[in-house]
Amino acid sequence: MKKEIIISGFGGQGVLSMGKILAYSGLMEDKEVTWMPSYGPEQRGGTANCTVIVSDERISSPILSRYDIAIVLNQPSLDRFMPLIKPGGILIYDSYGILNKPSRSDIHIYQIDAMDKAAELKNAKVFNMIVLGGLLKVCPVVSTDGLKKALYKTLPERHHEMIPLNMKAVQVGMDLIEEA
Amino acid sequence: MNNEVTLLKGNEAIAYAAIRCGADAFFGYPITPQSEIIETLSLLKPWETTGMVVVQAESEVASINMVYGGAGAGKRVFTTSSSPGVALMQEGISFMAGSEIPGVIVNVQRGGPGLGTIQPSQSDYFQATRGGGNGDYNVIVLAPNSVQEMADFMDLAFTLAFRYRNPAMILSDGVIGQMMEKVVLPEQKPRRTEEQIRKECPWATIGRTKDRQPNILTSLELKPEIMEARNIHLQEKYATIREKEVRYETINCEDADYLIVAFGSAARISEKSMEIARGKGEKVGLFRPITLWPFPERQLAEIAKGKKGILVAEINAGQMVEDVRLAINGAVPVEHFGRLGGIVPDPQEIVEALETKMMRK
Amino acid sequence: MTENDIISPENLVYKKPELMNDTPMHYCPGCSHGVVHKLIAEIIEEMGMEEKTVGVSPVGCAVFAYRYLDIDWQEAAHGRAPALATAIKRLWPDRLVFTYQGDGDLACIGTAETIHALNRGEHIAIIFINNAIYGMTGGQMAPTTLIGQKTSTCPYGRDPELHGYPLNITEIASTLRGTCYVSRQSVDTVGSILKAKKAIRKAFEASMKGLGSSLVEIVSTCNSGWKLSPAEANEWMREKMFKEYVKGDLKDTTNLK
Repeated sequence: MKKEIIISGFGGQGVLSMGKILAYSGLMEDKEVTWMPSYGPEQRGGTANCTVIVSDERISSPILSRYDIAIVLNQPSLDRFMPLIKPGGILIYDSYGILNKPSRSDIHIYQIDAMDKAAELKNAKVFNMIVLGGLLKVCPVVSTDGLKKALYKTLPERHHEMIPLNMKAVQVGMDLIEEA
Repeated sequence: MNNEVTLLKGNEAIAYAAIRCGADAFFGYPITPQSEIIETLSLLKPWETTGMVVVQAESEVASINMVYGGAGAGKRVFTTSSSPGVALMQEGISFMAGSEIPGVIVNVQRGGPGLGTIQPSQSDYFQATRGGGNGDYNVIVLAPNSVQEMADFMDLAFTLAFRYRNPAMILSDGVIGQMMEKVVLPEQKPRRTEEQIRKECPWATIGRTKDRQPNILTSLELKPEIMEARNIHLQEKYATIREKEVRYETINCEDADYLIVAFGSAARISEKSMEIARGKGEKVGLFRPITLWPFPERQLAEIAKGKKGILVAEINAGQMVEDVRLAINGAVPVEHFGRLGGIVPDPQEIVEALETKMMRK
Repeated sequence: MTENDIISPENLVYKKPELMNDTPMHYCPGCSHGVVHKLIAEIIEEMGMEEKTVGVSPVGCAVFAYRYLDIDWQEAAHGRAPALATAIKRLWPDRLVFTYQGDGDLACIGTAETIHALNRGEHIAIIFINNAIYGMTGGQMAPTTLIGQKTSTCPYGRDPELHGYPLNITEIASTLRGTCYVSRQSVDTVGSILKAKKAIRKAFEASMKGLGSSLVEIVSTCNSGWKLSPAEANEWMREKMFKEYVKGDLKDTTNLK
């Protein structure tokens, strides 16, 4: 198994940390992983993205031309990465602020309205965990167990009390995602 | 985290590995895309554990001269920066080469010229492999292509630097510095004791004992005859390094019709290009120089025998390709593919370059 | 009485410090460097630090300081001596580490290294030879060249409109919180030499006690560069230099004698 994933959205949406948690979860399951962020001022307000590769085998390039999965959280990201999804691949998008809906018939397209859901839950911080839950529902790149372990591993102990809330958000995402 | 597999950025790996390989001091100045190194060191506070010194200097000029001072006193000292900062350090690196002082410099390259871009690049290849400052000298240059090698090369760079009393450089870039990968960190080594330093570095300036002449570290000599002799000594040392310290990696080169030659992050990208090309039935191999100086010229020439062509893939306008052409000496066609200004090529582009520049030619 | 009778230990009234070797100095006759070298050698011996001292020499006339004092030395790139000294001292805290720098090295090309080492309060001593001219390169204008003073790059005299003002870096040093001792001395008379020695000793001791950074400026002559005889140079220094660069302690928080 090898999944080549791009996650892209506005800076501040937790795009980079979502990718990191995914990579850590892969690590917890003894998989090979790379996480390659866009970096620099674009993190602050502009579009941020990261490439995450989770694989059973050695990973060659951390930089990719085509992706198995694209998670896009704003219009520019959708426009940029939808054409780069391999046929048969997966596109996950949040419809918040999306004017031109995705339109490819050779890929699986899923919608997850995590922005609205996070607002409804009055907790913007779990937005990215909702999206991550959606991903794990449609493509279990890692298990929720691995994800939980990764959270315990990466969060400082004083934040461990937040983990149940985050895992709940993952479950919310799993229930929320739907084929578009 | 002893021997534990962990996930780190390349920059963070440098910081962890430096502490673990018994480094005595870091002196540096923040610059993107490598500031995580000094940030991680500051967070880890090694001065409370191993006793390692960490100083944020007033400039890259000061940083490298602190390396000169500390390493001249026999300690394992390093600095890190990115391209414009490393340009500023060239004075100190040249002085270290001239005085035969063994420090380590890490360059997490970004695009230039000038302030350029903060995005990744490999355009300091010439600067790194040709000395970089004034005078006839060379710096040992290691090019990691993974976070694991960022960690592993720290100790190797110190070992080589002290073995030859010469500056050693880890030439990385924004891709390797910023990406996270699995890494196994080295075991914690103790820092060397005064006794060990006295034994291993009899030249170190740590106070003249009565049983020896004063140790004087200087690159200055006004008498041309003596200066020439010193230069010849340096050249002999470089010849030994060329003989003994060449490092490289080959993947699928034996049956290959075409070779991609690439270093650092470009080698990782090219490995994927090789996979794509092999998927199409094209026999492509990858030759990766690990030491950029000394360049594996004889080894490459040997492996290249009988191949149909060589594509040198770099994130620059064509620098290592010159060393490849010198090594190949016309025996096999050599072409270059590169992206500039902070654009990192993707694997597909390199495959297309192979096809258009080599296969369909 | 034969010569051998006279040269006997009980008749010894003066002896050069043992750390000073017999290498003929390259300094011009009348230059202040030789005196300051001797004071440093004496102090290191008096402190018993012969085996624990590392000196850092500059680029400038004193570039070859390492030839004359038999201690360990590092020769720094132009202006960078305080950076070298910072690292040596941080890594070998029980060593006596000092830099020896001229005005061009310390107050011009190495201003950043000087100010920041002092401001960090590095436990080093900086000996600053200020002769208001670039001696080694043949008499060009220095940052400390006086207004009106002629040099080869201000042959009509230093004009603030053209060349800016003399830089009083010692005064700046005295305002930095990292410094514990900042003093300005000279070595033109027996009395002033004794005072200069006391100042350098205090700087060295302060560094060993970890009290902060010290800077001792020695207002010096460059009779070759000034194109004066040694005696005239001393006169000129007393008349002109001491007005701009007033002697005495500018700062002392050491509580040392």
